Amino acid sequence: MSQNHVDCPKIRSVGLNGVLVTFGDKATDAANRAAIAFRTAVDEQEWPEVMESSSTLVSAFFRTDLAEYSYDRLRARLNEVLQSRDWSNAALPAGRTLWTIPAVFGTSRAPQLAEAAEAAGLTTKEAEAELTATRLRVLTVGFAPGQPYLGTLGTAWDIPRQVGLSPNIPAGALVAAVRQICLFTKDTPTGWRHVGQSAFQCFRPRSDIPFPLSPGDEVQFTSITLQELASIEAHNADGNGAALREVLK
Amino acid sequence: MTGLIVQQIGPGVAVQDLGRPGFLAKGLTTSGAADHRAVYEGAALLRQSTDLAVLEMVSTGGTFEATAPIRIALTGAEMATKINGETAAWNASHLLPANTKLTIGPSRDGTYGYLHVGGGITTKAILGSRATHQSVGLGSLVAAGQTLPIGDDKGKEIGMTLPRDLRFSGGDIRIVASMQTEDFDADIRERFEATVFRRDPRANRQGIRLDSDGTGFSNPKQLSIVSEVIVPGDIQITGDGTPFVLMVECQTTGGYPRIGTVLPCDLPRVAQAPAGATLRFSFVSLGDAAAIQARASAELLKLGHSAKPLIRDPHTMQDLLSYQLVGGMVSAHQSPFEQG
Repeated sequence: MSQNHVDCPKIRSVGLNGVLVTFGDKATDAANRAAIAFRTAVDEQEWPEVMESSSTLVSAFFRTDLAEYSYDRLRARLNEVLQSRDWSNAALPAGRTLWTIPAVFGTSRAPQLAEAAEAAGLTTKEAEAELTATRLRVLTVGFAPGQPYLGTLGTAWDIPRQVGLSPNIPAGALVAAVRQICLFTKDTPTGWRHVGQSAFQCFRPRSDIPFPLSPGDEVQFTSITLQELASIEAHNADGNGAALREVLK
Repeated sequence: MTGLIVQQIGPGVAVQDLGRPGFLAKGLTTSGAADHRAVYEGAALLRQSTDLAVLEMVSTGGTFEATAPIRIALTGAEMATKINGETAAWNASHLLPANTKLTIGPSRDGTYGYLHVGGGITTKAILGSRATHQSVGLGSLVAAGQTLPIGDDKGKEIGMTLPRDLRFSGGDIRIVASMQTEDFDADIRERFEATVFRRDPRANRQGIRLDSDGTGFSNPKQLSIVSEVIVPGDIQITGDGTPFVLMVECQTTGGYPRIGTVLPCDLPRVAQAPAGATLRFSFVSLGDAAAIQARASAELLKLGHSAKPLIRDPHTMQDLLSYQLVGGMVSAHQSPFEQG
């Protein structure tokens, strides 16, 4: 593997609740792909000691009870899978979903597009073009149920969080920072900049698809007008926000 | 269907169970009752499944009435309780006759009290659980005027009690190293263990803030870390050096470093510590932690063996209702008065 072979991947216990396998110290695209692929590979083996798993930006997490199952044994078992291949170039799992999600960029509904564009050294037009031209991947889901962190935008978008918090950015908002877009599940105070607004609901507990997005899924944003968004919002009983879903081959 | 009519209710009372596992990858934490042990205790007293839903009460309860005779059990933080005006023992099971007032007042110790009913509360399950997880819009707080549905009760036994444990006033908490513990300098970790913390009034089902005198616990050489998984019991250190113990309703991931993780068996003690109670943390090795937790888990499963008949104060023995409770085998579906 890479030259930090000794440090990463690294396996650590998390309380008595699970084991974490980390593929990088920084949130890189390669580490994220490795975490998603590794988690999928272990899940496919259906180990009885793993109750459930998840993946974060750079790690795969396996929930277990370390009072019942030996950490050393689980660590050895995970290490065996780790050594079985180079995870940094592993393919993403099959059967992932591509969502095409309409959103308004800028305007009164997403008032910080200009500010974010300026921080990225782009014009507002260029910024909107990049946000709708880039096929983004769900890097991880978290902070709120179903809420995706999408990446990875170009280096220009490595913009820091603003110093103060915006008190309440609405559900369905696209907010930008650190080369990622987060699509809010619910109204949230944030230091990320509000660049777009969709009517896509990330958590639909009473529907057939309570969590439309999973790590590894892909998202393509398309630009719509204020009027189009208003019309979508008026007929949004399914929470889809006029998004289209297709299964990736 | 039998129901529990809610006449008056304190703030923050909600239906809970052992939570909603299986959705970590989707950003939804397991959640459930703040004091899992109390759920096991109620199930042991009523000799029923730990999967049945209960009522979690924060610092105070409410006034209730059942549409038919039901068995109840009271566990967790002790709250002044009366059935038809007569004091009802805490940490015990009782008969609540139909159309009889059950009043549960403020807590005397601890934070979370639990009302269990024979057959469990059978509100609609969402994503496989009845647990109320308010911050994400799953379920809502119990309101006055509501009638909570109750499931069929196959049990009969009442008048049982469990020995009271000491988890309601803070104390010593065992923690195990977590993924970022080594990132904290040894002297910070030692100072953390030596500090007597007070449970801040700012505490809820998501997290409990710990107060202490003196400087905080942020690490001077700490780099910004990538957001990583959170498990309940994690102790995160925020930017200003303040520790928070993350509780059942914590988020699934977070960007603050964790100095350690509370053992699951000690988490009820943290949850129940009332505002101002002192808490002290000490590290145990992963091996010791596993052994301590394994013993605690085994003990939880055997709680039923510890349930003993409630011995009544002789001064209350002349009371017919209480006397019947001593018998322990009164049918939950018949009025005790008809049998007396």
